[in-house]
Amino acid sequence: MTRGSPRHALVLGGATLVLLLALLAGTLVGPAGLTPRGVLLELVGQLPFVHVDSGLTPRQQVILWEIRIPRVALGGIVGAMLAIAGATYQGVFRNPLADPYLLGVSSGAGLGATLAIVLGGAAGSAMVPPAAFVGGMIAVMATYALGRGVGGGRTEVVIILAGVAVAAFASAVQTFFMQRNDETLRQVYSWMLGRLTTSGWAEVRTVLPYVVVSVVVIALHRRTLDVMSVGDVEASTLGIAPARVRLVLISVATLGTAAVVSVSGLIGFVGIVIPHAVRMVIGPGHRLLLPLSLLVGAAFLVLADLVARTAMSPGELPIGVVTAAIGAPFFLFVLRRSRGII
Amino acid sequence: MTESRARALPGSRSLFAAVLTVVALVASACSGADDDGTTAATDPGDGGPGAIVSLSPTTTEMLYAVGAGDRVVAVDERSDFPPDAPVTDLSGYTPNLEAILGYQPDLVVATDDTGDIVSGLERSGVEVLLLPAARTLDDTFSQIEQVGAATGTVGEAAELVSRMRGEIDEIVASVPERETPLTYFHELDDTYYTVTDDTYIGEVYSLLGLTSIATGDDAYPQLSEELILESDPDLVMLADGQCCGITPEVVAGRPGWSELGAVRQGRVFVVDEDLASRWGPRVVDFMREVAGIVATVPEREPAS
Repeated sequence: MTRGSPRHALVLGGATLVLLLALLAGTLVGPAGLTPRGVLLELVGQLPFVHVDSGLTPRQQVILWEIRIPRVALGGIVGAMLAIAGATYQGVFRNPLADPYLLGVSSGAGLGATLAIVLGGAAGSAMVPPAAFVGGMIAVMATYALGRGVGGGRTEVVIILAGVAVAAFASAVQTFFMQRNDETLRQVYSWMLGRLTTSGWAEVRTVLPYVVVSVVVIALHRRTLDVMSVGDVEASTLGIAPARVRLVLISVATLGTAAVVSVSGLIGFVGIVIPHAVRMVIGPGHRLLLPLSLLVGAAFLVLADLVARTAMSPGELPIGVVTAAIGAPFFLFVLRRSRGII
Repeated sequence: MTESRARALPGSRSLFAAVLTVVALVASACSGADDDGTTAATDPGDGGPGAIVSLSPTTTEMLYAVGAGDRVVAVDERSDFPPDAPVTDLSGYTPNLEAILGYQPDLVVATDDTGDIVSGLERSGVEVLLLPAARTLDDTFSQIEQVGAATGTVGEAAELVSRMRGEIDEIVASVPERETPLTYFHELDDTYYTVTDDTYIGEVYSLLGLTSIATGDDAYPQLSEELILESDPDLVMLADGQCCGITPEVVAGRPGWSELGAVRQGRVFVVDEDLASRWGPRVVDFMREVAGIVATVPEREPAS
């Protein structure tokens, strides 16, 4: 694991650079006509002891600091969380197809959010994040329990099928409530497509603690994930309790996923495409896979959101549409390349 | 003489009516029995259809406005105007053929053919009037006339249309002229979906001298928040008060929005989202509401 250290540093440094460039692009470009030079000067002006006049009007400064930058930040956090959660699920379930969608987390969170909007009345919108988390948690636990109960020794395969069943059930219940309450249909629908349209610093503050906890716990288990990828018996002989570790990792990955999903809506393909792409380049070791998924996932979603904001200007594209349009073909390409693994 | 004739007439009339009813029943039974798909819609006869089902709030309002309300036997779950309309759990979104037929309608008025409902109704010998969402005010007028024709209330419908036209002209004339049109952001929901000038509601606003900050091919675009702030609309119209609990205070509390001229000058208004989305007789009320809002802005504004 240590033999590639200089190479590790190089790869991580490269990914960090890509993320920084994505963040910069996301900050410089947007539907409001702020000059890139003005934006750059604004950013430079934030450095200590530097005083420059960016030439931006007060309104443009508000647009930059209150709208665009928090949105870019949130896009990065959401992308990072979805990608690292996908990598974690794939490691835990020893299944390269595992991701928040296939495990029912997203659908469960969607059901929770729908119930909050439909039944919550005026307070509904505020209840969406906690309800999404509870729904996602219940769904993944149901998937896990069903997978173990039905699957016997072949947990890893059956758990995905259980996830599909749980997701279908959650979606059916969600559709039922949406049909019965067509006034809220549009609101829920817009959330399901995924959007960062209404995101500000408040959303960043809301999700960041969950994401940090989730990422730290996952990072602490990076070696364990490598061992578990060999097999539960092998892990047990090395003093690891696979069932307990699995539960911890599923919980924290779901915690982070549900938190970001509750503010961003359902954004698909990040959790499955990014870890795959990373694995193609650096192999399956989690010590590199996890941080790289985090960095690349963040860069990917920042750029996808840049497309969502500008491609149809003055209108917006739902970001879930952008990630699916890029992710689905790429996913098929990856499948073709990695037939041996799957 | 006159007395006896007066007494005799109602009797012979009701007998005549009874005979007509029997004939009509036999005729409709026959047309139902040997239905080969070519059966024309039920003959509205002199008085129009006796039992009407409406599957959308807009069509319900049209039916009542032309005076056919007393024959409406059932309306869908979302029709809440007029208040005495017979609301049922019928759904216009997911219409159920059997549930509709349960009300034994002669005429069903709907906005779209969801779930292939029209052919099912026609196969059952029920007349269907399909009135898709209007795209212009003229569509609304023509739809009201169609409702009049289908329900045997042509005169009332024509009268309603001419009254609406008159009131609209009056409202339009009451709005002060401006050198540059006021701009508006019509918020459909709290994810910033809105309308361009090239929509029904955009046409209504245009008539009142307003122009949308949203442009482009997509008539109902979702706007970027930064674009809304950059455009700095003169008026913000909230059509998401009922659906999403949005108020002027909520808008003022959004990050960056307190910088908007509309927020600073108190020109953020909750509009009746039912009036704004039911493109029927009450569109006049919506125009009056908006005209009242426009009148609050001094004539020399916008200064730019």
